Amino acid sequence: MKKNNRQTVIFIIFAAAVLVAPFFLKGNYLLNVLIFVGINTMLAVGLNLLLGYAGQISLGHAAFFGMGAYISGIITSRFGVDPFLIMMLSALLSGLLAFAIGFPILKLKGHYLAMATLGFGIIMYILFNETVDWTGGPSGLSGIPNLKVGSVVFDNDWNNYYLVWIFTLAVMLLSINLTRSRIGRALRAIHDSEVAARVMGVNAGVLKVQIFTVSAVFSALAGSLYAHVMTFISPASFGFNFSVELLTMIVIGGLGSIYGSFLGAAILTMLPEFLRVFQDFDIIVYGLMLILMTMFMPGGLVSGLESAMQFVMTKIRGKEE
Amino acid sequence: MDNVRQLFQYILSGLSNGAIYALIGFGFAMIYNATGIINFAQGEFVMLGGMLTVFFLAAVKLPLVPAIILAIVVSTIVGIIFERLAIRPLKNAQPLSLIIITIGASIFIRGVAMLIWGKDTHVLRDFSGNDPLYLAGATILPQNLWIFAITVLIIVASKIFFSYSIVGKAMRACSYNPQAAGLAGVNVNNMVLLSFALSSAIGALAGIIIAPLTMTAYDVGILLGLKGFCAVIIGGMSSGLGTVIGGLLLGLLESLGAGFISASYKDAIAFIILLLILFIRPEGLFRKKETERV
Repeated sequence: MKKNNRQTVIFIIFAAAVLVAPFFLKGNYLLNVLIFVGINTMLAVGLNLLLGYAGQISLGHAAFFGMGAYISGIITSRFGVDPFLIMMLSALLSGLLAFAIGFPILKLKGHYLAMATLGFGIIMYILFNETVDWTGGPSGLSGIPNLKVGSVVFDNDWNNYYLVWIFTLAVMLLSINLTRSRIGRALRAIHDSEVAARVMGVNAGVLKVQIFTVSAVFSALAGSLYAHVMTFISPASFGFNFSVELLTMIVIGGLGSIYGSFLGAAILTMLPEFLRVFQDFDIIVYGLMLILMTMFMPGGLVSGLESAMQFVMTKIRGKEE
Repeated sequence: MDNVRQLFQYILSGLSNGAIYALIGFGFAMIYNATGIINFAQGEFVMLGGMLTVFFLAAVKLPLVPAIILAIVVSTIVGIIFERLAIRPLKNAQPLSLIIITIGASIFIRGVAMLIWGKDTHVLRDFSGNDPLYLAGATILPQNLWIFAITVLIIVASKIFFSYSIVGKAMRACSYNPQAAGLAGVNVNNMVLLSFALSSAIGALAGIIIAPLTMTAYDVGILLGLKGFCAVIIGGMSSGLGTVIGGLLLGLLESLGAGFISASYKDAIAFIILLLILFIRPEGLFRKKETERV
């Protein structure tokens, strides 16, 4: 019980900080950047459920992000339907696709799984590029309307910030609860040893597909939000490079940590905005970070911080005694 | 008549691309058999081969043959450094960590290439002119002949190496059972290093001989690497005939698909085949089903 309370307090503090932040950043460019931190956090949390908790890699998650963005973008820019309805539809369709391909794909393990999801991502990327009549092809799709609730139009940074972060906080809360439930423990069991998990009665095959579906739905939601916030999308945002960027986010932040996903998303979204040099070197830096973090800090920054805290705490306690 | 000639043309270009995929696939198989790792950076060595040759020809003004040799040597050195710095320290790591590390290495190498040579596409001139030869009504470029000749040469050489040389036999021993091989006096670490060196050399060579036909750029490695992987999956992870057939089959299907169905979905065809093979027969087309490796 005590641990549960602590978790709740941490989440409330985090949510409060997120909701109060705009008041200090009014008219600031940072507010705009934080919108994208929110979107990337949703994506990173989704991928982390799959990779960090269940131990199943996906190098094709940008495809679900793109699917959400394109379904929302194409339908709402052509027909005057309620964008929120279409957002649900695109989440549903992406979830269905993930569920359908999940069974054959997640039968594969390790390297084969990575290659299969990579192949899937590239097929979807080619589709985004080549179905020009629908997606506008490489030159992109413009004229996507902003979201609207009653008389509130989400067409400025302030409104968009709250729009995106309410979804992001909901996704985070859902994921935190999920990982602390029976399902979360089962997922970690699969991560450590799928055979042992099966022996203990975990239906690993189905559970892996379910978590794959959940993370695809999160990605599609993030995609829809991205489309409506940007009002313009092009395939370049949904390619292999972005899948690797997502992977880098969670490896840096911390595999198997929801707040780590946020931390990684924040770092990777903000770095290029504030370090112009970084823009030319980004993939070199991502590559180095992936290698170095995996070699020297496999738990990511979050676990690094935790052990640093513990180190400091034991030092302090040692002095007291 | 025209259709037949066109068909012949597609088959020819399919086979020559397929030979390249087979070579790249060999690289995957060598490392996989020695270490159990699928090296996601394999495609980058293909890119390095082509780009370094262009660089040595244009910037250093070397003649063709020394430029090719130097390009292979440099790529091999990169492969060796990669093994020593990033793979060997993590000997008993989980597959997940190794996947992430080889992906990291892959985008790192690609990024450095982009920084040095820019984002432009580069042209490598044909090895011996580009006057087409006429064969049964279809045209064939001298470069296609180079590709076939070099591929056959590599296949024969690797067959001889693995079957008759002591080092080749030691490498095979490591792939069956590293511990037993170690007990029998094989230096397993060296064999792993050698597998990385050989596979980056073969990858670079593949990149060099294809570059005159398709041009080259810093980012050609992803697609070529994946197609090589597709070839070796069809061949059941062998560095033998299965992968050659896999590569040729992939090249043919891709080329015929591009010709008769849609050129813009050419790359998608390869990946749909990859997914189908992985879903239906992940052990390859020619291999008897083995017990699952857990």
